[in-house]
Amino acid sequence: MRILALIRQVLDAQETVRVANNKVDLDGRKLVMDTMDEYGVEEALRLREKGADAELVVVAVGPARVQEALRAALAMGVDRAIHVETDVAHDAIALSSVMAQIAQAEQADLILCGGQQADWDSQALGAATAERLAWPQVTWTRELELNGATLTGKHDTDDGVESFALSLPAVLTTQQGLNDPRYPTLPNIMKSKKKEIRKGTLEAYNVTPKVKLQHVAVQSKERMKKILDGKDAPAAAALLVHSLRQEARVIQ
Amino acid sequence: MILLVVPHAEGKISKAAYELVTAARNIGREGPVIALVLGSGVAAVAAVAARIADQVLVADLPELEQFDPELWSAAVAQIAQEGEASTILIAASRDGRAYSPRVAVKLDAPLLEDVVSAQDRDGALVAERYSFLTRVTETIEAQSAVTVVSVKPGAFAAAQPASEAAEQFDVDLQLPPRRIVVTGKEKEDTGRVALAEADVVVAGGRGAGSPDGFTKLIVGLADQLGAAVGATRAVVDAGWRPYSEQVGQTGKTVQPKAYFAVGISGAVQHVSGMNKSACIVAINKDPDAPIFHFADYGIVGDVQQIVPALIAELRK
Repeated sequence: MRILALIRQVLDAQETVRVANNKVDLDGRKLVMDTMDEYGVEEALRLREKGADAELVVVAVGPARVQEALRAALAMGVDRAIHVETDVAHDAIALSSVMAQIAQAEQADLILCGGQQADWDSQALGAATAERLAWPQVTWTRELELNGATLTGKHDTDDGVESFALSLPAVLTTQQGLNDPRYPTLPNIMKSKKKEIRKGTLEAYNVTPKVKLQHVAVQSKERMKKILDGKDAPAAAALLVHSLRQEARVIQ
Repeated sequence: MILLVVPHAEGKISKAAYELVTAARNIGREGPVIALVLGSGVAAVAAVAARIADQVLVADLPELEQFDPELWSAAVAQIAQEGEASTILIAASRDGRAYSPRVAVKLDAPLLEDVVSAQDRDGALVAERYSFLTRVTETIEAQSAVTVVSVKPGAFAAAQPASEAAEQFDVDLQLPPRRIVVTGKEKEDTGRVALAEADVVVAGGRGAGSPDGFTKLIVGLADQLGAAVGATRAVVDAGWRPYSEQVGQTGKTVQPKAYFAVGISGAVQHVSGMNKSACIVAINKDPDAPIFHFADYGIVGDVQQIVPALIAELRK
């Protein structure tokens, strides 16, 4: 079988957000594989370690720099990578068409993808890719097992945690708590340098963005930052309660 | 027509349904606001929906007892096509965001996801939404005859119910077979005020020290304030608190009038779930904790001492 992990390269969560030329400025900033996607890469590796006879392929769409993120996945242990190069930003619905076409060409059985991307704040890529393939999808997976062609596990829904069972093929979205992604070892980093990153261009996939970005602004709600010293706990508590009641008027 | 899918749980219509109606009425597109109710045993939900929409379509079917993204998306796409809907509004809850992308693909429509505003401008739909872990506001535009919009809970005011009830119609659906078998459910009803709807939230992190410490300090302070309880991912992963209380990127997004972050360092993943709160209060022993950058008020000190002092002060 073949497992695809879809990844994106995003601004490191610890970096401050800056805007230049009406978009979030990524020049010279620390960019990483989206942590939500990293759980998918790790889970693919674990499924194989637990016995699945699977080839693992990592896929990314984006500018040349996303190869760093693909290399990181290869260094974790994924077998090979596919990079569809484009400098044009696409929304999740448009990108899902590329992902579905790749999944078909690769005859994939299982697709893993982050539950929410840290740049788009979107949860749509996994679901939209599943729809294009006419596959079922499970979002926000927190536990997963594969027995033959049957997936069982637990995932988060609106009102709690649900246990599920389904047959491959399927799309699963991943999140924190599913596993602890491994750090690449030096031998694996060396090995990964010889692994294939197959390059393609977006033109081959015939997609156009469905959503246009008009304007981007960093949120700048100024906080008052009235911070008290709590060495004298009762005094600090009294002052805080007074401020919240009389000044902010947010509590009774 | 403008089609909206009525969110409901446990036989009751959700607050988000009223917000979807407001979003639909303010969007600036022609046609009636049609509410679609999907589920099993949903007569009461449909009756309430009839007070806020212009017409209600009901599919009350045993097959729809349990949410499934494939069934829901098939039903919504079918009704949208039959009614030639220009706009389809879906609540951007976790389940809503799981099936709305499938609706968009089925209709070959753009998806405006998790929006906080949406307005027609010369035929294009212009919306605002948050991105980059809720640190950026982006304005996006979709030019299409049909657009799917998922609406962030809490972003729109609730519509006022009318005295007259709109007409209800049963609809026939061609549903696909269910492929995901739900083998169990762990519901987490804490019996407290709902986190996403609370005016005041008291949230705790690892700084609470232990499960008992959390109960005594965080829940104790919440009880004193009549507030909902929130928790960080670390606390939920450690099994101290149920998942339903988790606030942040992988949990709930809240925007109460007051948010108390107690023993919470302020990782971006947590902050992205609460930084829209009107007033943020931070209590942490580390003066350099990032949470103080987001705080309107704060106390640097040991939560084990500060919180009991706060509870005592509030009791006075």
